[in-house]
Amino acid sequence: MDISIILDNSSVYLEGLKNTILLVSVSLFIGLMFAVPLAILRNSDNPFYQMPVRAFIYFFRGTPLLVQMFLVYYGFGQFDFIKESFLWPLFKEAYFCALLAFTLNTCAYTTEIFRGAIKATPHGEIEAAMASGMSRALMLRRIILPSAFRRALPAYSNEIIFMLHGSSLASVITIIDITGAARIINSRYYSPYEAFLTAALLYMSLTFILVFLIKRLENRWFAHLQPQSESRPVIEAPP
Amino acid sequence: MNAGPASITLENIHKTFGSNDVLKGISLKAYQGDVISVLGPSGSGKSTLLRCINLLEIPDQGTLKVAGEEVIMKLNKKGHRLPADTRQVERIRTRLAMVFQQFNLWSHMTILENVIEAPVHVLKVPRKEAIAKAVHYLEKVGIADKIDAYPAHLSGGQQQRAAIARALAVDPDAILFDEPTSALDPELVGEVLQVMRTLAEEGRTMIVVTHEMGFAREVSNRVIFLDQGLIIEDGPPAEVFGNPKTDRFQSFIKAMV
Repeated sequence: MDISIILDNSSVYLEGLKNTILLVSVSLFIGLMFAVPLAILRNSDNPFYQMPVRAFIYFFRGTPLLVQMFLVYYGFGQFDFIKESFLWPLFKEAYFCALLAFTLNTCAYTTEIFRGAIKATPHGEIEAAMASGMSRALMLRRIILPSAFRRALPAYSNEIIFMLHGSSLASVITIIDITGAARIINSRYYSPYEAFLTAALLYMSLTFILVFLIKRLENRWFAHLQPQSESRPVIEAPP
Repeated sequence: MNAGPASITLENIHKTFGSNDVLKGISLKAYQGDVISVLGPSGSGKSTLLRCINLLEIPDQGTLKVAGEEVIMKLNKKGHRLPADTRQVERIRTRLAMVFQQFNLWSHMTILENVIEAPVHVLKVPRKEAIAKAVHYLEKVGIADKIDAYPAHLSGGQQQRAAIARALAVDPDAILFDEPTSALDPELVGEVLQVMRTLAEEGRTMIVVTHEMGFAREVSNRVIFLDQGLIIEDGPPAEVFGNPKTDRFQSFIKAMV
């Protein structure tokens, strides 16, 4: 194993790291911003609001992320009206296409996570909010969403990590993310082991940081669930 | 006592769930300072009656007046009766606090946050003022030391007392109690009833759905008994318990003792 290959090309990996972090954080952020209102619409009784959201979720959960990215990157270029529109400067960029596909994908999964979390709000707590004279908007903001965010966090932290790893697909459409950097080094030196092991370590480090941050958030948000006594029940497998 | 306008007036309230007629025409007036115990076997409609007062259930027929305001109703496209003005409903609800059987404290908030939530965000009371008042009421119900605890860290009796403090914090015209002690261990019932007794002595208007015969007899100034969606006994406790008009109520008290 030749570590000098990696050290000499650390700038390529740094570029990859930067792109991965940007792609993942921007798509997660925008996805989350849209997922919360969509989850509220998804829980609506009105089919006019509910059905389009269901269709959106069904499509993006029903197809692989790679196919979605291909559809945006290769597919849209096939239509002249897109090529002639003011959007074309955006759609011809691989980076934008990857970002769009990732955002829509994570938005669909996140909507579904929040839909469940909102639906699971204890009915009594909603009634207490109604009985205290809260409007629907206030109840959503003060009771339902804060409660739902807490319930959603474990599942959403999984989505964050899936998205981080899923972002490696961006390398397929010429983007130099962590995986893209590894592919460049591999083809340049034909040393797949060094190249991809470095990528793996970078992904692991990012995951580690994310898990640490989520854990801290959990400690703060789940204070109301933590037992106060020393003797916590231990959950273990039966012998 | 019964001077001035009634603070809560129900007239001919009907409520049906599917094919089940739960309330079949209830009329009731509650005046300032009344403590009304609502008794009845399960399924008699007493919780539904209470929930109609703050419109957690919408009566299918009849009129409801709270604090001098009559709730305006309309029919939706399917012919269901709905309040015409949600603002009015919200306004009326701020005048009526409710204490639930299952406490229903907001689990992600501390006890203090639970108590100041409605004053600060619904009534727009300055936060400082709301906190001072909350501390006062939490002291009154005897759990001032639990101010920063979360509901899950409290016993049922403590949670219910916190819920009562939450109800008091909005300075309601009347407090609706929906079987406030039914979910509690027998040992914890006393502490909650004691708090409720203090409130009654202060002259607060209370409507209490309960199975606690002792409370109904000693604390309330009026007892009503519901059976199959109708009020069949109504009067001061001494009269209702001492001289029941119906066999149904007689057998009910016999079974309770």
